[in-house]
Amino acid sequence: MQKISRFDIINRLKDLLADGNVDRVLGWKKGEFRYDVTPHVFTSAQELEADFVWGDFCGANFSKYLIKETAKSDKKVAVLLKPCDTYSFNQLLTEHRFDREKVYAVGVACDGMADIFKIKKITGDGISDIKENGEDLDVYTIYDEKPVKIKKTDVLSERCLSCKSKKHAAYDELLGGDGDVLDSNRFDEVAKIEAMTEEERYAFWQGELSRCIRCNACRDVCPACTCEKCVFDNPNSGMENKSPANEFEEKLFHIIRAFHVAGRCTDCGECSRVCPQRIPLHLLNRKFIKDINAFYGEYQAGEVVGSRAPLVDFDKEDVEPKNAVGKEDK
Amino acid sequence: MQVNEYKPLIVAFCCNWCSYAGADLAGNNRLNYPADVKIIRVPCSCRVNPAFVLRAYQRGADGVLICGCHPGDCHYTTGNYYTRRRMALLFSMLSYLGIEKERTRVEWISAAEGAKFAATMNEFVKTVTDLGKNRRLEDLRCKK
Repeated sequence: MQKISRFDIINRLKDLLADGNVDRVLGWKKGEFRYDVTPHVFTSAQELEADFVWGDFCGANFSKYLIKETAKSDKKVAVLLKPCDTYSFNQLLTEHRFDREKVYAVGVACDGMADIFKIKKITGDGISDIKENGEDLDVYTIYDEKPVKIKKTDVLSERCLSCKSKKHAAYDELLGGDGDVLDSNRFDEVAKIEAMTEEERYAFWQGELSRCIRCNACRDVCPACTCEKCVFDNPNSGMENKSPANEFEEKLFHIIRAFHVAGRCTDCGECSRVCPQRIPLHLLNRKFIKDINAFYGEYQAGEVVGSRAPLVDFDKEDVEPKNAVGKEDK
Repeated sequence: MQVNEYKPLIVAFCCNWCSYAGADLAGNNRLNYPADVKIIRVPCSCRVNPAFVLRAYQRGADGVLICGCHPGDCHYTTGNYYTRRRMALLFSMLSYLGIEKERTRVEWISAAEGAKFAATMNEFVKTVTDLGKNRRLEDLRCKK
């Protein structure tokens, strides 16, 4: 159950459209099923009324869409941002990727998003409808007339289980109030892998990454991956997009993908959300964040607009690479 | 009689302004270092993209060495400071994925340190030879 209702959000968005402040809204549109919510640009009140949704499956982070959307017209675009999305929003502003003047940011309070894969594990694949019922989810399936009752806390997505902040880092207006920066345990999982032996780590990542089908969804959705020309699209780079024929291929892709956003990744967790193979990609990004925090001081990308990313900065007393490995364990 | 002794393939990225000249000095002084080391000259150690390191492994390297000027002595003033941060993170990540951490290394070798260059190469080749073939990061299609 989200704090603010779909009705309240639509009413406010309709006002914004009527005032003429904005001429379109980036929001969540209902998909074929209750859980496959897609990003959409709404241009009218009728459209909002018909297709707009807000609920436990509105995971998509719209920050990256602003790059192309703001370039389309001189009018302002309203965008709905959850607390974790606002960090990506700030990070893109830091990198001058879109014009802040053309955006009206509406911060919406978020109560955590549900993970459809976790629900399907409990109920099976044949889900016909999902209804919010207080703190529970009523999942209607094709197998039974009666709904399966599931506690939302049991099917919360991984990134929301270790939510780093309920506080909006940027907004023009808030719907549903603001929260606090949380004391999250998001590095516990990384520490667990670090504590393994070298062979165990290799086996763990071999098992996870070998499922990769190189669909590039993680790259395409990532709000930090905004290069217009990507090294993985260049046929002369020797690492262009091809099916992962062996274990090297996917490791190279995932190391480089994570490295290219190191220091700029806000840990929004979109990569893991969109992965069709359920690879915990955020663990690679978090490893970089954890290392950066340990070596170069605490840094949260997107917390402040204009902050200097750790990899474009240096200190004369930085840790030597040979001492870096294994240092994080202590 | 043919002996199938294992010879590692080592790629060394050497900065034009220091380590590359250091290798020259090692040669001038007739200091021995193994022929398994293939030197690639780069304008600065910070020219080395993390993808270069992985690409070397893909093409069959067993060890990768990045040699640059001592911190503070960079020809371009600050290049090697960035290398240091980048490679610290990359090596940590490789170790996180279970790749032997001894295979990759950064060394600061100045143009006057021919002896250090030869000693480093000898020692690194020995380390990699002991580790054996690189099997965790290789691409079979890229091999002849």
